[in-house]
Amino acid sequence: MITVTVNGQRHDIDADPNMPLLWAIRDILGLTGTKYGCGAAQCGACTVHLNGESIRSCCTRLSRAAGQQIVTIEGLSANNNHPLQVAWNEMNVPQCGYCQSGQLMSAAVLLRENPNPTDQDIDDAMSGNICRCGTYQRIRAAIHRAAELAKEGAKS
Amino acid sequence: MKKLIFLSIMLMIASIIALSFKTEPARKKINPTIVKDSIGSVKAFMSVYKVLMSPRCMNCHPAGDQPLQGDDNHIHTMNVKRGVDGHGVYSMRCSNCHQAENDPGVHLPPGNPKWGLPPAKMRMVFQGRTPRELAIQLLDPKQNGGRTKAQVLDHITNDGLVGWAWHPGEGRTLPPMTRAALVTQTRLWIAKGAYVPSAKAK
Repeated sequence: MITVTVNGQRHDIDADPNMPLLWAIRDILGLTGTKYGCGAAQCGACTVHLNGESIRSCCTRLSRAAGQQIVTIEGLSANNNHPLQVAWNEMNVPQCGYCQSGQLMSAAVLLRENPNPTDQDIDDAMSGNICRCGTYQRIRAAIHRAAELAKEGAKS
Repeated sequence: MKKLIFLSIMLMIASIIALSFKTEPARKKINPTIVKDSIGSVKAFMSVYKVLMSPRCMNCHPAGDQPLQGDDNHIHTMNVKRGVDGHGVYSMRCSNCHQAENDPGVHLPPGNPKWGLPPAKMRMVFQGRTPRELAIQLLDPKQNGGRTKAQVLDHITNDGLVGWAWHPGEGRTLPPMTRAALVTQTRLWIAKGAYVPSAKAK
């Protein structure tokens, strides 16, 4: 039995410790916002937070998450009101949408560590998340917008 | 009188022989193995150099601030950066993809608990270094992470991430000699005087 805290909720998972964390999140816990893309840590679609770091859950064994804090896209905010989610909506970022939960989870780490990122910072942080629709320009613009929203929120 | 002189000479010869036997173990204690030998030392280093310049070592000791991949030493895909601590930046930290062990399968991320590059303030570049430049760098605590010669040898002998090079996972070539052989050559290089190759050495 492996105990994992996901989005603030404790779960005891009866599964092989070598199972990819992504399998446990999607198939056992039913949190399907996190997507399977490549299975090889190449595309970023499966990105979730482990103790605040944006890991690739397809290549992370369940055993690594034992006793740790996991946050998925479902837990990024209480009411889908994280500045990134608001900006994503405002700017209609997704096209097909498949990669977007991973994009958001990576962008959230960037904004937490750098509340005012430059284009270069965004490139450095987001290059591990591939979008087959090519929404990169909107992703970049939305991260800048989210940074503004976060500042406005902090003022109000 | 003649007898006395003869006895004195014999005593002197016996003393010299006895002393020469006595001093040998004392000398061995100071330098138990090898005397300095510039040719042998450089020869040993050239073997070490071949290992350090192999992809499994050099790919994480790049000239730039991006790690390398593959036997052709291409720049790591995904625009991965060194970062201040050598473990990446923002949402692109090494351990976000690289686990504590290799993921099974060709082209899947290799892993080690210490996966990363040297930090930005101590970059310890191997790529592009000549044998002479690399030897000087390895011997200079200001460029080698503050290590003495003994600590350099210990790092090569015992460090877990160094050891990964001989267990790199599927599809990756090994360094040109075993780790034990590398340790032997490093020890020889240092014991024979830690001589630096000439500028012409390749």
